Amino acid sequence: MSGGLRLGLRTEPIKSLLRMERFPHIWCPGCGIGTVVKCYVEAVLESGIPVEKHVVVSGIGCTSRAPGYIKLDGFHVIHGRAIPFAVGLKTVRQDLEVTVIAGDGDILAIGGNHFIHAIRRNDDINVILVNNFIYGMTGGQYGPTTTLGSITTTSPYGFIEGSFNVPYLAAALGANFVARWTPLHTKELTAAIKEMFKVDGFAIIEVVSPCLIYGEMNNLPPLEVMKIFRDRTVIDHEADLSKIDIDLRDPRKPIVLGNFVRRSRPSYQTLARELIKRARGGG
Amino acid sequence: MSERISLLTAERAEEWLLKPGVYFMQGNIASAEAALIAGCRFFAGYPITPSNEIAEHMARRLPQVGGYFIQFEDEIASINAIIGAAYGGVKSMTATSGPGFSLMQEAIGLAAMIEAPIVIVDVQRAGPSTGIPTLVGQGDIMQAKWGSHGDYEVVAFLPNSVQEMFDLTIEAFNTAWEYRVPVIVLSDQAVGQMIERLKVPPLDEIKVVERRAPTVPPEEYLPFDSRYLVPPMAVAGEGYRFHVTALTHDDRGYPSTSHEVSKKLISRLVRKIRENEKVIGRYEAIALDDAELVVVAYGITSRSALRAVREARRDGLKVGLFRPITAWPFPYWGLREAVDRGASILVVEINMGQMVHVVREYYNNLVDIHFMPWAPGSVPRPHDILVKIKEVYGG
Repeated sequence: MSGGLRLGLRTEPIKSLLRMERFPHIWCPGCGIGTVVKCYVEAVLESGIPVEKHVVVSGIGCTSRAPGYIKLDGFHVIHGRAIPFAVGLKTVRQDLEVTVIAGDGDILAIGGNHFIHAIRRNDDINVILVNNFIYGMTGGQYGPTTTLGSITTTSPYGFIEGSFNVPYLAAALGANFVARWTPLHTKELTAAIKEMFKVDGFAIIEVVSPCLIYGEMNNLPPLEVMKIFRDRTVIDHEADLSKIDIDLRDPRKPIVLGNFVRRSRPSYQTLARELIKRARGGG
Repeated sequence: MSERISLLTAERAEEWLLKPGVYFMQGNIASAEAALIAGCRFFAGYPITPSNEIAEHMARRLPQVGGYFIQFEDEIASINAIIGAAYGGVKSMTATSGPGFSLMQEAIGLAAMIEAPIVIVDVQRAGPSTGIPTLVGQGDIMQAKWGSHGDYEVVAFLPNSVQEMFDLTIEAFNTAWEYRVPVIVLSDQAVGQMIERLKVPPLDEIKVVERRAPTVPPEEYLPFDSRYLVPPMAVAGEGYRFHVTALTHDDRGYPSTSHEVSKKLISRLVRKIRENEKVIGRYEAIALDDAELVVVAYGITSRSALRAVREARRDGLKVGLFRPITAWPFPYWGLREAVDRGASILVVEINMGQMVHVVREYYNNLVDIHFMPWAPGSVPRPHDILVKIKEVYGG
């Protein structure tokens, strides 16, 4: 397969970073999360950072089950709090490469305040936000990325709220790295995760993902969504982020992907190290 | 097999610690200085009266010892951050008061469930809700124990002086890291903000407990090994590549819906404290030997109660004071002898009845248990307590 070159770089096979004894996993057929796990694990293996220095943190939900299948130091904590847990860990252990893998509900609804403040502080953590437009694990309730008109178990007459445009929000808050990919774009997603590891500061990738639960209620079965990812995606790294909101249900609307933002604002943790030097009179 | 390990130790950190000697210091600041001596190198918190002096002092002092201070966006982030830092192997704390303590309850359950050693200083104020932020209360006694859902144990200390804000903060860290449990320094506005004498002993006379780290190779390590009451604790980045979840989990840390697994885990989480209650639990008994009435009071209320007990003695009444130094575990055994003698009990606390329920749990129907409710916002004066003593004495 086309991963031959990358295989050559690996020192360990992917399985060495999976908790194989925990399979089969809990995800539905057609779900995109498993692909995200594979891309993350590949990126870890190719990162050049020792695997024992990678830590994965998650909250609650379908995506947040990911650390349970990844053979790294992994923390599956409470709903919405993966980011502050990760920030505490990273601040005191800056030798670690800390990545949060969680869903749209966990990070943007219950955890929304932590999300905006972690970007404002510019905490040196990586966030892989899998956006499936719905609360899958709890049975299909609407969330902060559900799009107008969508049918969910709590919007049986159609969703009437606005939705977060994740890259636009993260960029406005000052994130150092902002990207959006899909589980169809595995090469680009893996590369973006590897790039995230190198960023000093807040880095986020939104992974737009198919969901069986959302699909069943909105006539968008996962295979259909993968076709949309093939036919309606546009890679535009320079895109005007204010115009890249997603609506899978609108056939005229493209899904814009890319590595949109690269900034080098010093991270909170870098500035905190310098602060310690000043406080101790060392410069 | 395990070994004691501490992480994040800056060079010459001890030179920055409070020197042995006698000080005139505020309770909140004494707690912060004690935390540094105990090895705390991470503080996360959110501003709230009347605990702010702790955060402000830590913001200035932690960097000097090579530690980190973050003022977070709320109390929820703060407590989750210190749990994350604890799993980085670094001693961590937060400080708050009633409303913030309420916000922290879910994560206290998380810390109990994943056995993260953390310290929370709760400087109690008048509640409920916003209440009177600047004035005293003792309304968090029950919240400290029962505030999160499910079954778990915590430890809560009840300092009644600046000296105890210092001593018990160190003991809180030692207890947290000995038992892998959230520990609360359950202070109050009066004790936290009073300024009085503090004696700091030489550092080598202060006992400091470090993490018990595993010594087995990673393939043999079980993060929640039920062969131990308190399993050795690996932390992130040591190569153990362990999994932690707040779901009910087996010895490997993997989620399970098995009732056997639930029974094994939840029993151990409570047993590790209950079976050590007499090691952890503490109290002070004053003039209890011949007492016919025992006043039970803690925190700032115990200072007022002590004066009342002395005045009652001067008036010829056989009254003693029982002061719990731990709310949880409640040191019920310290009252046993007085109850066996038939002494009656008077509980005085700045709330509408919290610890009195615990006293009744152990001694109801054995002796008369009286209660003096006191609305939050002030400390009952010795005279107020003396009047109540005379009302119930011999009755």
